[in-house]
Amino acid sequence: MTNAGLISLVEREHIQSLLDHGKRTDGRSFEEFRKITIIPSYIQKAEGSAMAKLGKSKVLAGVKVQIGNPFPDTPNSGVVTTTVELVPIASPDFESGPPRARAIEIARVTDRAIRESKAVNPESLVIIPGKKVWVLFIDLYVLDYDGNLFDACILAAVAALRNAQIPDIKIINDAEGNPEDVELLETTHPLLMDHIPISCTFAKIGKNIIVDPILKEESILDARITLAFTEENKICATQKGESGSFSLDEIKKCIDIASERTKEIRSKLDAITDPKGNPWSDDLKS
Amino acid sequence: MIISVKKMSKDKEEVVLITKDGIRHDGRKKDDLRDISFHVGVLDRADGSALITWGRNKILAAVYGPRELHPKHMALPDRALIRCEYRMATFSVPDRKSPAPKRREREISKILAEALEPSVFNYLYPRSVIDVYINVLQADGGTRCAAIAVASLALADAGIPLKDLVVGCAAGNLYDQAVLDLDDVEDKEGQGDMPLAYLPHIDEIVLLQSDGVFSPDLYKTALDMLIPACKKIYKLQRDALKSKYSQITEEVADAPEKEAKSKEKAKKEPAKPAKDGKKEAKKKADDKKEKPSEKEAKKRKFSKKSDKKTDDEKKSSTKKEKDDKK
Repeated sequence: MTNAGLISLVEREHIQSLLDHGKRTDGRSFEEFRKITIIPSYIQKAEGSAMAKLGKSKVLAGVKVQIGNPFPDTPNSGVVTTTVELVPIASPDFESGPPRARAIEIARVTDRAIRESKAVNPESLVIIPGKKVWVLFIDLYVLDYDGNLFDACILAAVAALRNAQIPDIKIINDAEGNPEDVELLETTHPLLMDHIPISCTFAKIGKNIIVDPILKEESILDARITLAFTEENKICATQKGESGSFSLDEIKKCIDIASERTKEIRSKLDAITDPKGNPWSDDLKS
Repeated sequence: MIISVKKMSKDKEEVVLITKDGIRHDGRKKDDLRDISFHVGVLDRADGSALITWGRNKILAAVYGPRELHPKHMALPDRALIRCEYRMATFSVPDRKSPAPKRREREISKILAEALEPSVFNYLYPRSVIDVYINVLQADGGTRCAAIAVASLALADAGIPLKDLVVGCAAGNLYDQAVLDLDDVEDKEGQGDMPLAYLPHIDEIVLLQSDGVFSPDLYKTALDMLIPACKKIYKLQRDALKSKYSQITEEVADAPEKEAKSKEKAKKEPAKPAKDGKKEAKKKADDKKEKPSEKEAKKRKFSKKSDKKTDDEKKSSTKKEKDDKK
């Protein structure tokens, strides 16, 4: 597998034979997520931020809000961009340098989940139509890599957006009464979020399909699929990855499981959000 | 295209950097440090890691190695290469930083590597590399000093033989007064900044830079303030390292008791015939389910203890600071 470290044959066979007996190395069931913890507002200098912990995987998201120009073809919508940095701090397999295909894939899937779910209404980010809009940068830093970065990144991004603050503004009109310039005020208001996308990632190893793979499972997977759902139980993003394949029935089963799991996570989103949590503690057992 | 919009109200107000009584804009005195705390071993994948919160600075360091060096032509025949990478997160500063490394980050990476090298027994690992990755998650002045302190702890956590820990601290010039530990506002508005890194046991300075202006006397005063400050920070560093390993010692000390108990249990329960293998397996599975909660409870205990410890440390350190002032 191209995306993870080496794994010994013995360990590979161990994981596979456990799976064939319906078990996983960490004792979870096939359809069970690891413990999720979200620590909001970790970075005070960002307008919104959150650390998402998915088992031992840790992702830190920061949202920076700036005033910019809209794209010429969409004068009446703001801009939301997502980047993912796989910094070498997180794994011996990550190297520094500009984002490679893998980081770009995660960033684009996260971006897709947020955009397609209409999590943030782009029209609400317009300041002066055609001239000035809010630009939201969602920057995701993977700090510790133990598998399933797709779900961890989407969770972190959504959590950071949930506590993002937009500066209040005053629009300055020119002599003819047309809006001309913008002045930032000291006060802020919360960013309006209309929808919350949540994803569920599956790994297919042999004939077994498991939810939320850890790194060891990821390193021997044949195929991967991520499904993101809105609160209306609609799929807002899909990404199949790696060289293996799924049958139609398998995909259908994944959709059913993902629908259940994302509902569960959504229902306990507030419960797993812990403003006083220690992002660095090792509380892995769920 | 990003348009920079000036914030109107704050720029007009002038910040009083230091009053006649020597009180700084955040209420500190000339030789007060901001609150500093270290956490050792915060990352799972890294060979060694540490986090520092220094005022509003939050900096994460991870060490990988000694490991095989790529590209190979960089290998040193007689010692390990210490490779350091200092990077800032895009959201670490008020205006979003572009993710590509800047010249500033490259320079700091280089001087940090050079400052760490004298503390490492690097001749033990010829032809290999020790990678030190530093990510500034939030910056508020004095990041390179905090970075070197946390990087040194991460090296220690990775089990790399060290001659000494490296401590960093900055001094500055505020209207011809030497002050310790500039924050971001003081760094930008003040007249000079002088970061220093120091090996407290060997008593050597391994990093020294300055920008702005210092008179020779002021420069010397600043240096004289920095050494005791570094020794204070060194104590915090050492305590953080100790607290991680004392925690592990506690856990290990508890382990034999547990083992003995489980053996007793096994003795009491009569061995079951092989036919009931499935049931037994189930039972074992049930046992397993119960165990994590026990472990979790224990872990929580430990974390609570360690929290208390760090609180105590803070208290003691602040006490010490007060004593020093007296």
